[in-house]
Amino acid sequence: MLELSHVHKVYRVGAFGGGRLRAVRDVSLKVEAGEVVSLIGESGSGKSTIGKMVLGLFRPTSGTIAFDGTDITTIRGHNARKAYYRRVQGVFQDPFSSFNPIFKADRVFEMIRSSYFPGISDADWRERVLKAVGTVRLDPENVLGKYPHQLSGGQLQRLLIARALLLDVDLLVADEVISMLDASTRIDVLNLLADLKERGMAILFVTHDLSLGNYVSDRSVILRKGAIAEMGPTVRVFENPLHPYSRHLLSCVPQLHRTWAEVDAELEANPPEDVELPVASDDVSAPLLEAEEGHFVGIDQG
Amino acid sequence: MTLRVNDLKVYYQTLRGDVHALDGVTFDLADGEIMGLAGESGCGKTTLGKSLIRLDSRMRHVGGTVELDGKDVPIGDDRAMVPLRYHEISLIPQYAMSALNPTRKIGRMINDLLRARGVRPADIADELRRRLELVGLDTDVLDRFPIELSGGMKQRVVMVMSTLLNPSLLIADEVTSALDVSTQRAVAESLVEFRDREYIKSMVFVTHDISLVYQMADTIMVMYAGHIVEKAPASTIINAPRHPYTQMLISALPEVGTTTEQGRLEGIPGTPPGLLNPPTGCRFKERCPLAFEKCNERPPLVEIEPGHLAACWKTG
Amino acid sequence: MSEIAGAPGAADPAGGPEPTTTERKTSEVLHFAVRNPKLLIGLGIVLSLLLLGIFGPFFIDQDPNEYVGPKSQPPNGEYWFGTTSFGQDVWAQFVYGLRSTFLIGAFGGGVAFVIGTTVGFVAGYKGGIVDEILNMLTNVVLVLPALVVLIVITAYLEVRGVFIQGVFIGLTSWPWAARAVRSQALSLATRDYVDLARLSGRRTWRIITTEIAPNMSSYLVMSFILLFGGSILIAAGLDFIGLGPSNGVSLGLMLESAMKWSSLYLGMWWWFIPPGLGITMIVGSLYILNVGLDEVFNPKLREL
Repeated sequence: MLELSHVHKVYRVGAFGGGRLRAVRDVSLKVEAGEVVSLIGESGSGKSTIGKMVLGLFRPTSGTIAFDGTDITTIRGHNARKAYYRRVQGVFQDPFSSFNPIFKADRVFEMIRSSYFPGISDADWRERVLKAVGTVRLDPENVLGKYPHQLSGGQLQRLLIARALLLDVDLLVADEVISMLDASTRIDVLNLLADLKERGMAILFVTHDLSLGNYVSDRSVILRKGAIAEMGPTVRVFENPLHPYSRHLLSCVPQLHRTWAEVDAELEANPPEDVELPVASDDVSAPLLEAEEGHFVGIDQG
Repeated sequence: MTLRVNDLKVYYQTLRGDVHALDGVTFDLADGEIMGLAGESGCGKTTLGKSLIRLDSRMRHVGGTVELDGKDVPIGDDRAMVPLRYHEISLIPQYAMSALNPTRKIGRMINDLLRARGVRPADIADELRRRLELVGLDTDVLDRFPIELSGGMKQRVVMVMSTLLNPSLLIADEVTSALDVSTQRAVAESLVEFRDREYIKSMVFVTHDISLVYQMADTIMVMYAGHIVEKAPASTIINAPRHPYTQMLISALPEVGTTTEQGRLEGIPGTPPGLLNPPTGCRFKERCPLAFEKCNERPPLVEIEPGHLAACWKTG
Repeated sequence: MSEIAGAPGAADPAGGPEPTTTERKTSEVLHFAVRNPKLLIGLGIVLSLLLLGIFGPFFIDQDPNEYVGPKSQPPNGEYWFGTTSFGQDVWAQFVYGLRSTFLIGAFGGGVAFVIGTTVGFVAGYKGGIVDEILNMLTNVVLVLPALVVLIVITAYLEVRGVFIQGVFIGLTSWPWAARAVRSQALSLATRDYVDLARLSGRRTWRIITTEIAPNMSSYLVMSFILLFGGSILIAAGLDFIGLGPSNGVSLGLMLESAMKWSSLYLGMWWWFIPPGLGITMIVGSLYILNVGLDEVFNPKLREL
């Protein structure tokens, strides 16, 4: 459904744009229908840039992003772009910044209506909104007609997911959607994403939190400095991390029932075997090596 | 006993009335104890941390007392607090980047700070170098500007700076929230090291991340809507919590290794109550599956087993 | 800001009905507005002078430049502000002058505001090459010695009216407004709700007018006030050096003729004090008003 191949994003930085910053380096990955793929990485890993490029908000420097076979980087013109957004939508990190503070929160639905369903009757539209709001398990009474500041972060994020449901999109880019939510509500949003997946929606789940990526996704991609460090089925990546960087990350994640000391001791007792990493022939490409079926490791960037 | 807080009440003044951010909080902190202070946003944990060192202009000390090493801490009197800050009580703020003056080199900033506190920088220069090395920083950071340092480095500089005078109590307010996983671990471990070397006697580590605080704290105190709900040794909070809120909170946290296929985790329905006109009695009663009539009275924080305190009628 | 805004109790008491944002915001702004002396004094002076400029001329029967009375009279019961060396009524000239001064301010400021905000919004929102080109244009106009250009242009014009003067003032004084609006738009354009509007298939101009501009309305009001005051000053300067409207009356022209006919030397203070004070008061109170508005809109400057 979505296929990125050899995508690069280079920013010009510094005075007169003399410097180069490679935010995304030679990334190739696929998202199939009904599949959740987690993009996991620390700050500066390029994970959000990839999400924004898929949403067409940034343009890649090179490479193609194909959605159902069409390269979206070649989309030109308002109508073609609008047609793309009919099928692909995003939800962003900060729910409070996703709503224009001076308008009521359900205006996000009205914008969808005026752009995509101009002919629909008020009654029909209301029915659809109520259905979408019900699907994200919100009480319409509590959320419709309210201003963003009257709602909690979790309610706002769910409204945005309901907005994507109104369009019945095929692909949802969820960019750190729960990192600003409180512990008691973030799990509900995660469960909601799992429900959407069961309806056949593909989800690109961008996160810095390994335990969250692990909870919902079918496949995980661990990014470092713009390049893929490790990619594979989530279970394999977490049970048998192959790249030294993934192992390091996993040993640093605070866990609920195991302390860092215990994790270190376990690693000490059974040191993981080293795997052969691919070597980049230049400082632009980032080849992957298939270590086991569907489980890839990337280059070592020191 | 290092710190003893008794029925502390601190309200925020707003145009529409007082927000009861901290509404009767009582706890003790022992010598050498690292206490994790956990809770969701708006539960009063940051307010508590700030109250112990500096009330901002909208915060009002309404009642209760704070004692440090047997002496009264006049938290409502800004001027009387001045000699205590840095010497006795110190704070690492959430955003170290904004705590550093961008136009000054780190070394100069530290010297100015020491002089302002009546300490000669030369007396302490060796110690400063030793501690920078301890947290894994090169001593030449002293000749650099804040902008030249990464977020994690700045956070560590601020850590060294605020503990240089060996305060009795250190308050760390969400110090690792803005950091990456790997830096987070290094910073958290340095803080424990500071306590082990007795640079600080005890510490309150404010965070929303319970799994992080479990890694480093001796005890964890959980707050909800301006009240303390439970305080116990860290492993007890994680493995055998007694208060319904703590139980539901812990069970809502996904871990590395949990997936939806093994069964879904559940969140806590509802939202925390508003603190402008807070409800009477237990503040969790609206969302609590165990709530009954008695919950309209405020449950006292009682010791249900040695070192384990909870405020719930059902655990009493 | 941080903890109190994050606190559900502070931002949103779940219990009880909640006033809507607009109501709440308006009442909050009003609360501070009626307690801000700078705003009240500035607004009071500007409004009373404006009312005088609008309604004053209706009570004057003759043309303000007509020679109506005895020459060089100091202020008295009949001629409140006295008369000029030619017997013109200074009061009549003053109220007509106020009117044209406000006109030039509104017109010149308006033209500058429209150009400045348009350029600023487009540059800030579009970014990239569009931004660079517009920025270059802005900088070119900014470094032009505007007064010199104005003098050259107006000196060539045969018939000069208030509107032509306003257009030229507007055309030269927009750049700083463009820069100010650009920087604000630049930061607002990165908000997630702007991206979301793009994902909703909205067109650029609608995003600018409905998502970005309303969120900086206080800023826009303040820019307009400053442009307004600036145009009045520039116009007064042009009038004073004799490049004002050909057959009109303005505070600047009054000053010019007062100086030309040696009122200072002759001790006829009633001739030059009213226009001078008028200009100072309008521009001065506009600036005070602006500082007051800033304090009202900007929570950081509010004193609790």
